[in-house]
This record gives sequence, structure tokens and C-alpha cells, in this order.
Amino acid sequence: MSWTQHLILAPILLPMVVAGLMLVIDGRSGRTTAALGVFSTFALLFIAIVLLVQASAGGAQSAVQVYQIGNWPSRLGIVLALDRLSAMMLALTALLATAAMVFSLARWHKAGSFFHPLFQVLLVGLNGAFLTGDLFNLFVFFEIMLAASYGLALHGSGHARVKAGLHYIAVNLVASSAFLIGVSLIYGATGSLNMADIASRIGDLDAHGAMLFRVGAAVLGVAFLVKAAIWPLGFWLPTTYAAAGPPVAAMFAIMTKVGVYAILRLGLLFSPDGQSNVLAASGLLLTGGVITIIYGMLGMLASQAMARLAGFSVLVSSGTLLAVMGAGNANVFSATLYYLVSSTLAIAAFFMLIELAERGRARADDVLAVTLEAYGIVYDEDSEDSREAGAAVPAILAILGIAFMACALLLSGLPPLSGFIAKFAMLDALLDQARNGPAPGSAWAAWLLVATLVVSGLATLIAMMRAGIRTFWPSFEREAPRVSMIELGPVLVLLALCVGLTIQAGPAMRFVRHTTEQLAERKLYMDAVLKKPVVAPQASAAEASASPAGVPGAQAPVTPPPKPPPPKKEASR
Amino acid sequence: MEPVIAIAIGVLTGSGVWLVLRPRTFQVIVGLSLISYAVNLFIFSMGRLRVGAPTFTGSAGGANALADPVPQALVLTAIVISFAMTALLLVVTIASRGLTGSDHVDGREDGL
Repeated sequence: MSWTQHLILAPILLPMVVAGLMLVIDGRSGRTTAALGVFSTFALLFIAIVLLVQASAGGAQSAVQVYQIGNWPSRLGIVLALDRLSAMMLALTALLATAAMVFSLARWHKAGSFFHPLFQVLLVGLNGAFLTGDLFNLFVFFEIMLAASYGLALHGSGHARVKAGLHYIAVNLVASSAFLIGVSLIYGATGSLNMADIASRIGDLDAHGAMLFRVGAAVLGVAFLVKAAIWPLGFWLPTTYAAAGPPVAAMFAIMTKVGVYAILRLGLLFSPDGQSNVLAASGLLLTGGVITIIYGMLGMLASQAMARLAGFSVLVSSGTLLAVMGAGNANVFSATLYYLVSSTLAIAAFFMLIELAERGRARADDVLAVTLEAYGIVYDEDSEDSREAGAAVPAILAILGIAFMACALLLSGLPPLSGFIAKFAMLDALLDQARNGPAPGSAWAAWLLVATLVVSGLATLIAMMRAGIRTFWPSFEREAPRVSMIELGPVLVLLALCVGLTIQAGPAMRFVRHTTEQLAERKLYMDAVLKKPVVAPQASAAEASASPAGVPGAQAPVTPPPKPPPPKKEASR
Repeated sequence: MEPVIAIAIGVLTGSGVWLVLRPRTFQVIVGLSLISYAVNLFIFSMGRLRVGAPTFTGSAGGANALADPVPQALVLTAIVISFAMTALLLVVTIASRGLTGSDHVDGREDGL
């Protein structure tokens, strides 16, 4: 095996090793940990891009890369699988992580202890959740991600954070219990934890087993929907995200997307053959998603503080994803994925931008402060807010204003940025379905969703405009916030990426279309995982691939393979 | 054996859910612990209940005489994770108690 085949391990191993190293050399502070963190995130970005290139080689027929940890056959051991969707999510995570990491270096990483190790562990969890091909490891990586996120949500401490964090942790612990119940029910029904193996066994279940499986899938779905913050399960989100520190909130922007990712991955993998979209079958995702959009929209209009507004915009984004996934046929999915990337980048940029724009303002505006107080929003007057960092950038208000405008355009889906293209593509696909849809029910659903999407765009625009006017055109004198380049840079880079997505919309759309084609072709994923031969000991890669004799049968007695050579250390560099 | 396990899981879950919905942080923590016990038992029962059966060796009667080892491994992982999470929640609760002076989950009493 060449080193590129081991590279799939790196997104999990590298941050894990780095986090451990940080703890060994005292992760509380210091330039060394910061340098390690920066090194790790930039290396991850590089690795993610290499993996993205690997996974997307070959256009629509690109292969699914499978890595069997410990060289156990796929049915017995733990596998990692890299297809276009996971590669895309990995790259998105790495991009956000790089931006958030650089942003935090200005001062946020000093707001409390252990920012850098927690950040790396969060990356372990995120990357693992995107790569794993195994249901129970999905749970483990979810937990790793959540454990780190609990710490990060509380980073900087303060009353609001601890209170929001308590609710966040309690809700997610209950959701984790639901996750476990779902996983064990599915295991009880199918006798396997490997996603591809489960998918291959669904067809053979008897009536009793099928019922167990469906219940398990439903409970599992509830757990993912809590993560994705669908309407009745997502009340924890705005408060937590608004209370979290900006770089942390920017990273959290992808955490709701992990829930969406899991629903998409498992939903498509577990759907019976010949039925393109099992997610639309019950209409539950559509209904929940639409209500989430409406709830998020009303929340945005009612928000006094910008951070809360951003929190509700996360709800709108994930509601849109869920509703469109639950309404559409497979054609709509590609537009959804494009929207996922664009909205995640925009929300992350928005969270970081808020802190810059509000700097030096919150306490100047007494009237507003009273309003905020009346709504129970308490600003932390911690020391972290009074320490300004770096030299001021000239004409900062103008730059921040333009960046804010870009965020508003992206979130509300107005031209000319990528938010518009995403929304346009979704509306186009939905209208197409409404006109030529097979069932009258789906047409009705499509129209409902189109209306909700358009109205939510308008509401977002109103809310953003109001917040923008209040911040950038205040009636009182305000001093320009002191913002250093390393804080402004990440925001601008994320927004520039959205501009890039707009200009390169053609290739980007082609990529997501191939991704959905690959997802719809679930046989591809299953074969890649299940038919992957174990690497023969002492044999060169050429021999191993030439003799696929190591493929174990379903019930065949499998002798434990000899210990394979350990993965080369260079792979994690 | 099945009814006993089923009732145990049911009672644990029921009490756990009730406690999680209570306003005091201590009750929430105990409730979450009870739910995690129930879940652990549930995972265990998903490997089918067998009394006195070995997991790996000494199987005279073939695969059917063996207890399923996978749920046992899963339970072990789940116990560790839920244990760690409970500890973490305790820390947060203590922090909340220190900051607000109240052990209400909202950080303030209802009447205030």
C-alpha cells in the first residue's frame, strides 16, 4: 500500500495525537500549544484537500475508498470509508477549523483553559463521524465531538455560557441515550453494526426483524434530528450558540450539519432498492423542516442581539436542509449539498463578524442595553472583552459593513452571491418536481416548501437589515472597534470562499451532482466496503489486489489475520 | 428472565425521564444516570438473553450456545462514555451553582 491509502486515517489520528501532545506539554496556555494547533489545522486542511481530490477522481464513477483498521475483514472490524460526501464534509470542516483557529489566536484562545486541546478533540470527533463506516463508531465519534463541544461551549465561562451549557449538555445526553437505543435495536434486528452490512441485510429481514429495524431507525433518527435541531428538538440551539465564543460558534456551525450528514448517509444507505428517497416517505422531515424554518425565521425577527440572530439563522439553515431533503427526489439533493456548504461558510463567517462589529459597542448604547436586559440577555463583562489585541485596521467600519452585507446576502439568498445560487437551484428543482412530479402529494409539498423558502429569505433580509442599521448606522457617536488583521482575515477568507463558490458555481454544482449520484448508487458503497479484501501479510500491494482470496463469506469462519504492519507514521504528517 | 429485565428497563427509564424533567440539577443528573443504566441494560438485552453461556470458548453446542459478545463490548463503551459525561455534567452543575447561587436548571428560582 502506498502512503496515500493510509492518508484516510490522518484526519482522525493527527488531531488526536496533537491533542495528546498538547496535554503532555501543558495545554493551558503558551505559544507551543498554539503553534501545534495551527500546525495541526493547516495540515488537516492540506490532507482534506488531498483526500477531496482523491475521492473525486474519476467524475461520476469515482470509487469509494475503504480502510480496514487493523486489517480485519469489513464485517468484523472497524472500517473507514471515504466517498465524495465525506470528503466534502471533511474539507468543509478543515476550512472552518482553519478560519476559527486563526481567529481565536488573537485573544479567544486565552479566554479560558485548554482551548487548543479541546479544539483538536472536536476535530477528531467531526472527522471521525464523517469517515466512519460503522454505526457504533459513529456514536463514539459523536460523543467525542460532543464532549469537546461541551468544553468549548463553556470556554470563557460566565453566567450565560454556563446556563446555556447546562441545558445543551442535558439535552444532548438524552439524545445520546436515544442514539444508543437506536443502534442496539438495529444491531438486535440485523446482527451487524457495519453500515454497509446492515444495508445488505435489510432485504432479508422477517416481519418481526423489519419492525425492530424500523423502530431502531426511527429512534436513531430522533437522535440525529436533535443534533440537527429540528423544530421541537432544537430549542437548545440559539441560546447555546449565542452564548458560545465566536470561534467556537463558528465551529458549531458545522455540528448541526453532522446530524444532517448522518440522516442523509444512513437514510440513503438504508432505503430499499428502487426507492430513491426514503427520507421523503413519511413527510416527517418535510413538516419538521418547514416548521423549523418558520420558527427560526420568527426567532430572527424577534432577536435583539446579533449573536441570537445568528443562532436562529443556524436553525433556518438546518431547517431548509431537512425540509428540502424530505421533500425532494434525488435531483434536489445536489442543490441541497451546495446550500449546505455555502450556508455553513456564511454562518461561520457571520458568527465571527458579529463579535468584531459589536466590539466596543454593546456598552455604549444604553438604551439598547436596557432593551436587551428586558429580554433577559446578559452580556458578560469578562476580562476577555476588555483586552484588545493587535493593531487596528484602518477604515474598519467600512470593511466590516461590507462583510456584514455579504453575510446578509448569503443568508437570505439574494444575488449575486452563492446563497442565491443555492436557493435558486433548490427552488428550480422543487418547481420542476411540482410540475412533473409523479404524485400529487409531492407537488403540494414542493409548492409549500417553495413558499416557505421565499418567505424565509425575506424575513432573514429584514432581520439582517435591521441589525445592520443598528450596528453600522447608530445615531450616537461610537469609536471604531479595534480589530487586528488575524481576526478580520478569517472572516474575509470565508466570505471570499463563498464568492469563489459563486464564480465557480459550474464546477461546484457538477461536483455535488456527482456526489448525489454516487450516494444514490448505494451498491457502490456497499460493495466497496463489503468486498474489500484484507491485505495479505508480507505481500506487496500488487499481489494483494491480484488475489482477492481473502474475501470472507458472511458466515464463513474467519481466522483472525496476522497482525498487519502498523500504519506508517508518515501518513499522519 | 425476559419480563424481569423488561420491567427493570421500563422502571429505570420511566423514573429517569421523570427526574430529567424536574427543575433541580441534582434530579436531572440522577435522572440521566438512570436513563443510561436503562440503556445499558437494553443494549445488553439486544444480544438476546442467555444464562451461563460463554462468549468465546467452550462452545460444545456451536454458535447457538454462545452469548453474543458484541453487545457486551458495546455496553462497556457506553458505560465509560456515560460515566464520563455524568462527571462532566456534575462539574458544570457545580459551576452553575457557584455562579447563580441556585441549583435550579435555569439558574433562578421560579418565583423570582
